[in-house]
Amino acid sequence: MLKYIVRRLLLLIPILFGLSLFIIVFVHALPGDPCSSILGEHTSPDRLAACRHGLGLDKPLYQQYFDYMNGLIHGNFGISATNRVSVLDSFVARFPATVELSLAAMLVAIGIGVPLGVAAAKRQGSVFDNFATVASLIGISIPIFFLGLLLAYVFGVWLHWLPTLGRVNHRLYDFTGAGTNFLLWESLVINRNIPEFLDVVSHLILPAIALGTIPLAVVARITRSAVLEVLNEDYVRTARAKGLTNRRIDSRHVLRNAMLPIATIIGLQTGLLLGGAVLTETIFSWGGVGSWLFQAAVDKDFVVIQSGTLILATLFVLVNLTVDISYAYLNPRIRYS
Amino acid sequence: MMTFDEPAAERLLSVEDLSVEFSSSSGRVHAVNRITFELAPHETLGIVGESGCGKSVTSLAIMGLLPKPAGRIAGGQVIFDGTNLLTLKPDEMRDLRGRDLAMVFQDPMTSLNPVITIEEQLVEVIRAHDSKVTKAAAHQRALDLLELVGIPNPKERLRGYAHQLSGGMRQRVMIAIALALNPKLIIADEPTTALDVTIQAQILELIQRVANESGAAVMLITHDLGVVAGMTQRIQVMYAGRIVETATTRELFAHPRHPYTVGLLRSIPRLDLGDDRALIPIDGLPPDMTRERAGCPFAPRCAWATERCLVEDPELVSVTAGQRTVSSGPGATHRVACWNPATDDEAAQGVPASGHVSAITAATDARVAAAAAILADLP
Repeated sequence: MLKYIVRRLLLLIPILFGLSLFIIVFVHALPGDPCSSILGEHTSPDRLAACRHGLGLDKPLYQQYFDYMNGLIHGNFGISATNRVSVLDSFVARFPATVELSLAAMLVAIGIGVPLGVAAAKRQGSVFDNFATVASLIGISIPIFFLGLLLAYVFGVWLHWLPTLGRVNHRLYDFTGAGTNFLLWESLVINRNIPEFLDVVSHLILPAIALGTIPLAVVARITRSAVLEVLNEDYVRTARAKGLTNRRIDSRHVLRNAMLPIATIIGLQTGLLLGGAVLTETIFSWGGVGSWLFQAAVDKDFVVIQSGTLILATLFVLVNLTVDISYAYLNPRIRYS
Repeated sequence: MMTFDEPAAERLLSVEDLSVEFSSSSGRVHAVNRITFELAPHETLGIVGESGCGKSVTSLAIMGLLPKPAGRIAGGQVIFDGTNLLTLKPDEMRDLRGRDLAMVFQDPMTSLNPVITIEEQLVEVIRAHDSKVTKAAAHQRALDLLELVGIPNPKERLRGYAHQLSGGMRQRVMIAIALALNPKLIIADEPTTALDVTIQAQILELIQRVANESGAAVMLITHDLGVVAGMTQRIQVMYAGRIVETATTRELFAHPRHPYTVGLLRSIPRLDLGDDRALIPIDGLPPDMTRERAGCPFAPRCAWATERCLVEDPELVSVTAGQRTVSSGPGATHRVACWNPATDDEAAQGVPASGHVSAITAATDARVAAAAAILADLP
């Protein structure tokens, strides 16, 4: 098992290498560069050239790539061209917000999607099943910006039930202290302040629902088909013949086997969410990775795009590795070596 | 209605007029049609027939495991140990399954759960019916059961999973699960069909041994008369959802009466007879069960068929008329549902005595002659 993990981690090296090559070519192929964003359109060619020289953009592309990779190998992720802040520092500051949002969204997706899928499968062809099918179709097809705005309008602006901007009410609670930026963790475990924790949770609810709706629909669909397949298996009939209670048959025999495809889809969806949700983060002013990378793309901030993407790719691989390892636990037929 | 001379106490299971229907896209399938039979305690009964004759459906109906909502019991009673299983509440029936009624399924490769340990699969059946059993006691019982069914290294096997076992070993585990609570009846549905020929005999012997030791009655369902020959006291032949012949094993092999039974016997390879008779297959296919038809369901494939067979459905009646009718236990009499049963000579030859023209052949001949006449009249 350890060998397998090490091998998978070693596999990261060629993946990241190939990806870095792809990204640097791709971003440089785009029109414009950081200097034109920083200096604006109405600037002199001299200032532009000076700026390019300062950032090393006047060197040949292979030279830029070599310099960048050289820095990366030495643990230097580079500095943003637009605000001169270390890319790693920006990422570390913003990533906790994305993690909290992604996990909350997956909690919504799994917590509702799995029971919904199981219930639909057990009542295959019923009104409930058809309703669930239509609901998940809507969930998959609804544009996220529309859903986000709708939620913000109905529950925030109209009903005043939930806050719609930011991660916490900064007028009431100040999180400058511990600095982990994991606000749920800080409020509950470090500050032990329940009203503060509830305030953070209330800020999380609407963005989590907006972001979790698509994964929810996907998880519900996969769960339904996985459960339907397992329900027809001989070992489920064996379980019935043993006189087990329905609850035990469902939990130990049906769901336990259906979890295999569900775990895969949960892993993939979590990996995707960790890449940041541009639309959701923008609508709810959520200072996460998604809006950061989006801004970098707008500014043509090459270094931020390159390093940010590589960090996220690494995380994606790690999440999928975690899923594969959990597979070995879920499915004893798989043994990694 | 039939009469039974034996006292009711001697019957463990009595199935009366049981009918099972399936609804399918092509209409209602009459999978089992008003079958009646009994099983004495400790008896081993073989139920034989080709695929789709209703053997498995009968066993699933007894277990209360008919696939829902497609399968439905359309009538009849299943009296087990004095209670009608068909009127029990779902929870009462659930408690009976696994405790008094156990089942061994056809395909051991798919009948065990692949992702939980063998131990859990054994322990859960023990604890499902008695929550007071401690984990340690259940573990010990699981260990004893694996030893009983002849699995080497039972301690290690308990911690393992189904995929680490061969087909024969998995079927032994299935038998251990069935035996866990000393059931009164074990239904074995084609328990050796999916196994290697070399393993089949071992598994059959195991079922016989554990049934003898525990005193359980066994219903052995198979399409292979060779399988039931050695281990059952009585055999019941099913065709198209009906019982067409029932007799003690010895009697059935020596004096088959129903043409279908004769056909089944003639299609078993026999090494012991030393001659090189060709195997005689039964022509044709089982009937379409979605249609209600007049007459004997086997008639279209039967060389013995008479005019009456095509229009009137035969009841299951005693072959030796006038004798007392005992349908269960070692003293069971021979009964057959046939208007023109085979004689011993005919059974030995596998064909009707010369002179008999099958009604089917006659009808076909008549149609051919009519067609020929029409053709001859054409210019």
